Amino acid sequence: MNKTVKNADEAIKDIQDNATIMLGGFGLCGIPENSITALVKKGVKGLTCISNNAGVDDFGIGLMLQTRQVKKMISSYVGENAEFERQLLSGELEVELIPQGTLATRCMAAGYGMPAIYTPAGVGTEIEIGKEKRKFIVDGEEKEFLMEMAFDADFAIVKAWKGDNHGNLIFRETARNFNPMMAMAGKITIAEVEELVPAGTLDPDHIHTPGIYVHRIFQGSNYEKRIEQKTVRAKG
Amino acid sequence: MLDKTGIAKRIAKEIKDGYYVNLGIGIPTLVANYIPKGMNVVLQSENGLLGMGPFPFEGDEDADLINAGKQTITTVPGSSFFDSAMSFGMIRSRKVDLTILGAMEVSDNGDIANWKIPGKMVKGMGGAMDLVASAKNIIVAMQHVNKAGESKLLPKCELPLTGIRCVKKIVTELAVLDVTPEGFRLLERAPGISVEQIKNATLGRLIIEGDIPEMVIE
Repeated sequence: MNKTVKNADEAIKDIQDNATIMLGGFGLCGIPENSITALVKKGVKGLTCISNNAGVDDFGIGLMLQTRQVKKMISSYVGENAEFERQLLSGELEVELIPQGTLATRCMAAGYGMPAIYTPAGVGTEIEIGKEKRKFIVDGEEKEFLMEMAFDADFAIVKAWKGDNHGNLIFRETARNFNPMMAMAGKITIAEVEELVPAGTLDPDHIHTPGIYVHRIFQGSNYEKRIEQKTVRAKG
Repeated sequence: MLDKTGIAKRIAKEIKDGYYVNLGIGIPTLVANYIPKGMNVVLQSENGLLGMGPFPFEGDEDADLINAGKQTITTVPGSSFFDSAMSFGMIRSRKVDLTILGAMEVSDNGDIANWKIPGKMVKGMGGAMDLVASAKNIIVAMQHVNKAGESKLLPKCELPLTGIRCVKKIVTELAVLDVTPEGFRLLERAPGISVEQIKNATLGRLIIEGDIPEMVIE
């Protein structure tokens, strides 16, 4: 069960134009930095990216926006990103904004083999347009829910803290975020890790994502791990 | 009239011992500073943390440890990390006792609008739609009127909605109000504010019964 590949270039080599890819991370936290760099280098175009955010101008998915490789973003919050805004307003980029919990759960549904889920998020708002609505009784109270479909992604690209050659993954702190459920949801899942160890090194009790979900894994390098909003308090 | 700190202080009085609380961005974030000492309250950050602590000291910041506003933070003893599906799972299944968030408009039936202004760049709803659709108790921190002096407590929201019939309580620079089936019920006045001023600043149905006390803020 050796899923190790040499590097990001090898891991993403068969991602073709117009592919749908999931990218883990929340803001710039826990994003697959090496794979994004490799995608920019490969120059693959027309991508549909499912990711909670779209990076910043010069980091994360923002790098793929600068090179106009992204056709469509499916995100919950696109934040401060001037190039993103320019492409959106000029019609070069298509954006689908969906609630964060819905995004997470549509990934989860894909990973659990469920075609759809029901959520109350967006009921009574423009998010419900065109969606099947259904009433359920929850806690003795009748409530409306929207049916949301599982994502169908060609590739999921995630970033973990540690992994082994079987593809078992361990995430660190809030860099976990969307990574585990995206890892489960890709037809092909690529994991880059800060530390790749031989199988048997990681305690099976500590694994967050079992290797069965991961198809390729590599040891990443030169992680910048940029902080989007550095906030500190004074000592004393 | 209350400033932002005053609004945060007043909302902090709604937090009870043993609560799990989700704080939104802006004034709600400030509420954490005024939770009474000795009270056991666990803060949830929807990117995947229970037990959020204060900002780190300079040099201690960790790129892997951020809150839902992408700010560097710390954890407190007893904290836990989890993925985004579980995070919204605990929100959807009403394990989180209280959600505090900001709003651009609230209607007198509890509808809330806080994510989109037509004609302006739309950044997205983030987790707001999930939170308002599921939370068992939602307190909104907001300005009573906009810069032009127009009420933001309306009979019907004009901006695109984030959620419907969900807001339970509102704290503004002028007043504390409950949202009831009959409309906004005035509970307290901000220091130096008259009932008349609150009436004039509220377009939605407003219920005023008996003497309205002035709020007490330390």
